[in-house]
Amino acid sequence: MTASFDISFPAVPVSPEADTLRLEVRAFLREWLRDREPIKKAESWNGFDPAFSRAIGARGWIGMRWPKEYGGHGRSALERYVVIEEMLAAGAPVAAHWFADRQSGPALLRYGTEAQRREILPRIARGECYFAVGMSEPDSGSDLASVRTRAVDTADGFVVNGTKLWTSFAHHAHYMILFCKTESGEDRHGGTSQFLVDLATPGIEIRPILMLTGEHHFNEVVLRDVHLPKDALLGKRGDGWNQVMSELSFERSGPERFLSSFTVLVELLRELGPRPDARSTLAIGRIAARMAVLRRMSHSVAGMLEASKDPALQAAIVKDLGAVLEQEIPEIARLLVNVQPDPDSLNGLSAALAYTIQHAPSFSIRGGTREILRGIIARGLGLR
Amino acid sequence: MSEILSSMVTRVFADHCSDAVALRAEEGEWPEALWRTSEEAGLPLALIETGEHSLGVPVEDAFQIVRLAGKFAVPVPLPETMLANWLLTRSGLEPQSGPLVAVANPALRTDESGTRLTGEIPSVPWGRRAGVVACFERSGMLHVAYLGRDGFSVREGTNIAREPRDRLVFDVDLNRTAVAPLPAGVDGIRLRAAGAALRCSQIAGALESITAMTIDYTGQRVQFGRPISKFQAVQQNLAVLAGQAAAASSAADMAAEAFAEGIRLCAIAAAKTFAGEAAGVAAGIAHQMHGAMGFSREYALHFRTKRLWSWREEYGNETEWSTWLGEGLASRGADQLWAEITAI
Repeated sequence: MTASFDISFPAVPVSPEADTLRLEVRAFLREWLRDREPIKKAESWNGFDPAFSRAIGARGWIGMRWPKEYGGHGRSALERYVVIEEMLAAGAPVAAHWFADRQSGPALLRYGTEAQRREILPRIARGECYFAVGMSEPDSGSDLASVRTRAVDTADGFVVNGTKLWTSFAHHAHYMILFCKTESGEDRHGGTSQFLVDLATPGIEIRPILMLTGEHHFNEVVLRDVHLPKDALLGKRGDGWNQVMSELSFERSGPERFLSSFTVLVELLRELGPRPDARSTLAIGRIAARMAVLRRMSHSVAGMLEASKDPALQAAIVKDLGAVLEQEIPEIARLLVNVQPDPDSLNGLSAALAYTIQHAPSFSIRGGTREILRGIIARGLGLR
Repeated sequence: MSEILSSMVTRVFADHCSDAVALRAEEGEWPEALWRTSEEAGLPLALIETGEHSLGVPVEDAFQIVRLAGKFAVPVPLPETMLANWLLTRSGLEPQSGPLVAVANPALRTDESGTRLTGEIPSVPWGRRAGVVACFERSGMLHVAYLGRDGFSVREGTNIAREPRDRLVFDVDLNRTAVAPLPAGVDGIRLRAAGAALRCSQIAGALESITAMTIDYTGQRVQFGRPISKFQAVQQNLAVLAGQAAAASSAADMAAEAFAEGIRLCAIAAAKTFAGEAAGVAAGIAHQMHGAMGFSREYALHFRTKRLWSWREEYGNETEWSTWLGEGLASRGADQLWAEITAI
């Protein structure tokens, strides 16, 4: 046997601090979400509520890992993990601060100027400043390296032209982190950079792209001769590809990758009552078993982040398996209880199913499609 | 697991568990050299945590030995013997040499005097060769006794990997053997869960092995002018296989921890459910990727896949454990669901 196969998910040490924090977060959410409807909870990390973001910012639950001098709280990746999984499981509306907390803030902390960090990070941590992720374009989705938006040097900075697409919540965001071409040449992955873009800059037009449900999350962000200052360049010029890839590791491994359908599961159990039939009991146990194992894996990735290891491969595995589970939950639920999916229903399961069934196809698309993730895993196995 | 222990155990299995040994074991030959070397290395005592018979190996490492046993598909009851010796010493009895198996089944009953033990137990691993450690209820309390090879008759059977799974018919005079109460915190379902935890580790080891074999094979097999592992369709399948193997490995870790924490049932129930399901998915992909070669008796894949198809059933399959888990979750209700899942 010559091939070796070792993709380990190291165990995470027990943390009493995290356990205490969990109960604190749980108690806070129980109060805050007391009257939140199941269909709103089902929105998972697409629920947008600035008041909620400010409230948890005040409690120190945004920017938890960042240094205190930038408004952060100097806590561990494992403590952050506890907070976000509690919020997702409870169906809290985290969307406003979500991208800034998860990836844009960490990117600023790593690549931003001292002035940018001092000005922006504390506002993110207070739950007041929101970010959009400017990666996809009309002709660049999975093949992100093919972006055509381009920043060209000027005497005092850059001028940008191009279009970003599927930009979630850009219409509410203050900033966007833009991924675009800066150099010409043959190198497919080279020649790109990241920029911090104030969305109030002249020349930026944000147009809604309504989803199949009629909701407005997505946008088309058109940039026409947008002038950016020199210090808008984030990180190293030409190194955008590597920066984006490391950002995606954060994006791929979290509990949002297996909890998107959790409200359906809760409402299913409510419908089934304390003594379901054999088929339903088995289904609940089977879903919980898979969730428990995925939680352990996702938690392990948080532990690897804390230990400054690169979990890109493990993150891809968690997201791939998580999306399968998230997509199966509504399919299993609908066959166990005789309810019609109906967004206007007063029945929690019916309404949650209506939301989740319509969004479930996105679970294996957003943040890296199933096919791309499996390609990453194959590369990790040395096959490509 | 310590590097020294891992390489020592790997060497024992690699040296004494060739494909030829595995084939002869399928035909009923006992691999004496493999067993003797394992015993000389102390492996059957690895789960004993403290006391004079302990190897001084942490529980997690003992489960890594079990995982290696799964990886090499060793055709001896090493995990069963480890568990039986653990049970004997936890009950204040002496560990025993030779292969052992613990039998905990409510079908084993004592008569009114409490001295005669009878019952018929199916599918006992290596029942034809292992010394039996029996658990049974007497005067309302669970007890354990080392029966050795006395007091039962054997009807031979096997699982599909041709590992002995024999029907034992007991008629034992308990006056002739030492009987001790089961230690606190151990009961019938926990012994079944302990067995399930061992199977999780064996499954994880076998999945690690078939994943490596499949990556190897698809890298060597050339069709349409290139190794088939260069085709995207094949790569996507291998990625799923690796994901299932990695996840089953996490499930096995979870089960091993749960054993160390006093046999926590919910974690083992979840782990065995997950590992059982992964075993089926992964065995299917491994065979698909091997084509006809995987069906050849001479090629070693089937030693693992046949065990996977057997082990996922033994000590409770996905239906048994997910039903157990689901009943508990449903009884505590929708609003407790998340708290219960985080407590698994």
